[in-house]
Amino acid sequence: MKTLEELRAIRENTLKNINVRKDDKSAIIRIVVGMATCGIAAGARPVMQAFIEEAALRGLNHVQITQTGCIGLCRYEPMADVFIPGQEKVTYINLTPEKAKRIVLEHIVNGNPVIEYAIGSAENNK
Amino acid sequence: MKDLSLHIADLCQNSIAAKAKNIRLKLDLKQDTLFFSLKDDGKGMPQDKAQAALSPFVTSRTTRKVGLGIPLAKQSAEQSGGMFKINSRENEGTEISASYILSNIDCIPLGDIAGTVSSLMSANDNIFFWVDISKDDKQFSVSTEQLKEILDGIPLYEPQVALWLNKYIEENTLDILGGYIT
Repeated sequence: MKTLEELRAIRENTLKNINVRKDDKSAIIRIVVGMATCGIAAGARPVMQAFIEEAALRGLNHVQITQTGCIGLCRYEPMADVFIPGQEKVTYINLTPEKAKRIVLEHIVNGNPVIEYAIGSAENNK
Repeated sequence: MKDLSLHIADLCQNSIAAKAKNIRLKLDLKQDTLFFSLKDDGKGMPQDKAQAALSPFVTSRTTRKVGLGIPLAKQSAEQSGGMFKINSRENEGTEISASYILSNIDCIPLGDIAGTVSSLMSANDNIFFWVDISKDDKQFSVSTEQLKEILDGIPLYEPQVALWLNKYIEENTLDILGGYIT
């Protein structure tokens, strides 16, 4: 059974990285998942959990996974924006947990946006 | 919405949009009935507006004319034989209470309650969530305040913390929510 003691242990283990980050806020990568009625109904919550899980399993601790409301493109939900400091924002659409995991690996870890999942490629294929 | 946990995620997004600082979630199982309540200290709205929000054709949004979150949540509660109420006061907050008759064939499943609660808490590190889940004499509570005290400055969105939180809630609510259709 998970206990609060384990959280204390996690806190001790990640402490070092956090201190580094406090000095340099510009290093934070943000993944923002659309979680309004449209996003949730389309499956945004499992997508968000997949982002968290993959980021945690890869030991990333400069990544903030957060949520936002509806941005008006409900037909493309589940959607997520990836903000990497110093780079252009990438908007991913029609996400699934599998796609989310691939985005963490290829975009966040390796620095190559997954163009085929991005909104631009969907608009071009119309 | 496929299940209750998704309705909860959706209703909480309303509270977040209303700039709530504290969100209290309660799930209480009594025999065959699940009582759910959500209380926030967001900007609220006049009572007549709150009642109007039960209609799908009323929304505070300006980008379109429909607002489906509350009407869908109301529909799923009522189709199980339960009730759905919304009370709000301007500048004080909004409270939603609903009940679900779990044995009713039209009742939606509970869904992944732990997944909803943990992702809400970790994705909204600046909002204080107070969560109580209970059934008979079994009770589980978790709050942002309690977690922050241990984390001492480390944000809840930290992926390893978020993943731990999901498992923590899941394991500790298993004997409360276990046995119900998810």
